[in-house]
Amino acid sequence: MTAEPMEPSAPATSAGRDGAEVLLSVSNLKTYYPIFGGMLRRKLGDVKAVDDVSFEVYRGEVFGLVGESGCGKSTLGKTLIRLQPETAGSAALAGEDIFSKRGADLKRFRRRMQIIFQDPVGSLNPRMPISDIIGEGLVAQASKDNGWGDRKVRDKRVADYLEAVGLRRDYTRRYPHEFSGGQRQRIGIARALALDPEFIVCDEPVSALDVSIQSQILNLLLDLRREFNLTYLFIAHNLSVVQYIADRVGVMYLGSLVELADVDELYSRPRHPYTIALLSAVPDADPRVRKKRIVLQGDVPSPAAPPSGCRFHTRCWLRERLDADSAERCTTEIPVFRDTGAGHRVACHWVEEVPEDIVAQAVARDAEDLLRPVEKALHDREAAASGAAPPAARPAMDIGAVPASPLAPTPPEHPQDVGQVGGDPLVPPTRTGLEHMETPGETADMPTVEQPAPERPPF
Amino acid sequence: MTAPAPATAADDPVASEALLDVRDLRTYFKVMDGVVRAVDGVSFSVAPGETLGIVGESGCGKSVTALSIMRLHDTPPTWTPTDANAERIPEDVRTLLGDAPPSRVMFEGRDLLALSEDEMRQVRGNDIAMIFQEPMTSLNPVFTVGEQITEAVMLHTKASKKDALDKAVDSLRAVGINNPERRVKQYPHEMSGGMRQRVMIAMALSCDPKLLIADEPTTALDVTIQAQILELIREIQDRTGAALMLITHDLGVVAETVHDVVVMYAGRVVETGTVDDVLLTPKHPYTEGLLTSIPSRGMRGQRLNVIKGTVPNPFNMPTGCNFAPRCPYVFGPCTDHDPRIEDADPADVACWQYTPAPGSAIPPRAHLRRSSEVSA
Repeated sequence: MTAEPMEPSAPATSAGRDGAEVLLSVSNLKTYYPIFGGMLRRKLGDVKAVDDVSFEVYRGEVFGLVGESGCGKSTLGKTLIRLQPETAGSAALAGEDIFSKRGADLKRFRRRMQIIFQDPVGSLNPRMPISDIIGEGLVAQASKDNGWGDRKVRDKRVADYLEAVGLRRDYTRRYPHEFSGGQRQRIGIARALALDPEFIVCDEPVSALDVSIQSQILNLLLDLRREFNLTYLFIAHNLSVVQYIADRVGVMYLGSLVELADVDELYSRPRHPYTIALLSAVPDADPRVRKKRIVLQGDVPSPAAPPSGCRFHTRCWLRERLDADSAERCTTEIPVFRDTGAGHRVACHWVEEVPEDIVAQAVARDAEDLLRPVEKALHDREAAASGAAPPAARPAMDIGAVPASPLAPTPPEHPQDVGQVGGDPLVPPTRTGLEHMETPGETADMPTVEQPAPERPPF
Repeated sequence: MTAPAPATAADDPVASEALLDVRDLRTYFKVMDGVVRAVDGVSFSVAPGETLGIVGESGCGKSVTALSIMRLHDTPPTWTPTDANAERIPEDVRTLLGDAPPSRVMFEGRDLLALSEDEMRQVRGNDIAMIFQEPMTSLNPVFTVGEQITEAVMLHTKASKKDALDKAVDSLRAVGINNPERRVKQYPHEMSGGMRQRVMIAMALSCDPKLLIADEPTTALDVTIQAQILELIREIQDRTGAALMLITHDLGVVAETVHDVVVMYAGRVVETGTVDDVLLTPKHPYTEGLLTSIPSRGMRGQRLNVIKGTVPNPFNMPTGCNFAPRCPYVFGPCTDHDPRIEDADPADVACWQYTPAPGSAIPPRAHLRRSSEVSA
């Protein structure tokens, strides 16, 4: 504890890159969970879930926050939108202090910051129809100006936002169990959007979904960002998803940010030994990509008793390459989260010692921007199709429809009618593949559901 | 069809050299609402020492396949047609089965489905061991880790309790657990997720199985711990020469770990091949859709592909190809006729684009698709 570990919050406003406006600035934020124990239930210590975190999010960007389970990324997100009380530090949304708000002031303020949760099943009340789930926030935020207190106004708004996330307007009277996992996640997104927020915390929004549904939701989130001028704090443990969606990425380890950079910079030139190991551990679906994996030893230490000095020193592979004196510094001195150039911030004493060849192999840098042949083929078809096929020929998309009742006497009709797409049976329809269904407002027909149907076989 | 199992194995050169050869495996669940065809005619084989990956999304039948091989389902309500149980199969299940051949799971020349329950118990753990996804729920919380491993060892060998405990300590050490003498006395809740998965693997390895079935072994783990476990599985395979059947939905794990891949969709095998062929130049539209919907380094800034619709209702499968309602390439025969993987040319994909129509020798679209694959 010899040095002040974090930079003061000053750069947040002064260093606004390319004139971008800082929407959210966080400085020296701490969130501790007290541990009570013993006979008298006295406080024994703290779980330092978020410990001295500073960063800023620019308006309109997707800020990715990655880290392993228990690193404090969800706690950070919840603290920022006042779902979890902070212990120390400050945060401001568009210049307004978040933590000092109280009472009616806070209530009005909450409208501007919303959250999308991970679990699409657990985060929707099973006993409420969709109109109430999405409308609950509207009721709470109702005022003379917006007229949300009026049921009719509210119902219209709920339907509008259902449509915006690619669901049908008339789903408002249905209950969560009537929807598939992907559809439920859309409802969660509509609930957040309906209040017209500026800033949305997406807390692992796709990790409970299968890959094909995951891609629908990622496309949707990117569309909505454009349409509603949103800024996301995108929390995820899946590094490939974050690489795809984020503009800038922060990496957390044991409650602290260890690295922060633009997404391309971070994924191709990571500087912190933890980030390098993390990226090397992500399996790539392209069998040609051969990463040299750095396997970290042991497990993440307990955040109730984090290691002294640099928190990563107990598992650090770089430290093993240092001489004894240098390695000593890791255990005694908390590294400063410093800018190494172009806004790339790293909390490591020995950034300059990171061997470049190890980094290049760990992230398979020579394979960068490698398109798999299957992706390339899709691109080619996309290019070929964009010139030829009129937009009307696009197959209508069915958005994760719930299978029809198991006891339905007739097979479910699948909305996209294959016949209308290609005329000649031997010439399959042109596939564009990369543009899709989820144009908000373009809703697909779905089979009517009379009764709940399992989204997986019941075993 | 009624020939004794060993003869079948000897006739078929593939089957005889395989360690595990699954033929026409069908597993149907008879439940209140009807019959679910969870696994519907799955065939594949695993050679000794080989690594096979089974991929697919949730509900495609990959775990049921593993459990059927191990015979861990209760009958009823689960039915796998064999030569012996033809009479006992309920009427509605039999209707759905039609004239399907009986399922066979040949392991070293023996049909596991024909073994008695006692014989099967000797196979489980001894010859084939299984690692489950949930390291939290697969271990018994009220017994120490040591007790759980020694139980398996004592069941399968004639070791004394003391020898079994020594063996448990050895196997914990072999999976990289520090201080195993102390760890054997601990309960599962005293360990982290990665450590529990190591214990599961130690338990599976304690009897030196010839085949290891790992059902989503790293899904519940963080990526750095996943790297540790995958490294461990690889190292164990090198050391013991055991074959591995890896079930996963993670195509990255598949790309890094296995030689051959089986892609499943709605209870069927839709495509098989080497990992390079399947992941780089997939043939089946489902495989292609799956691969293009994962965010990859090359896809940034572009829309991800989406497989429209959802997995069909298990009670009400579409007629024709199971994937037809979601397939962007659907044409002539797809909606009426079911493509069979063994009819395709070559027989590694269940899709009409690669299957000659009756009376024709050339698969309709094979030549068209090939051209786009050359770009690799």
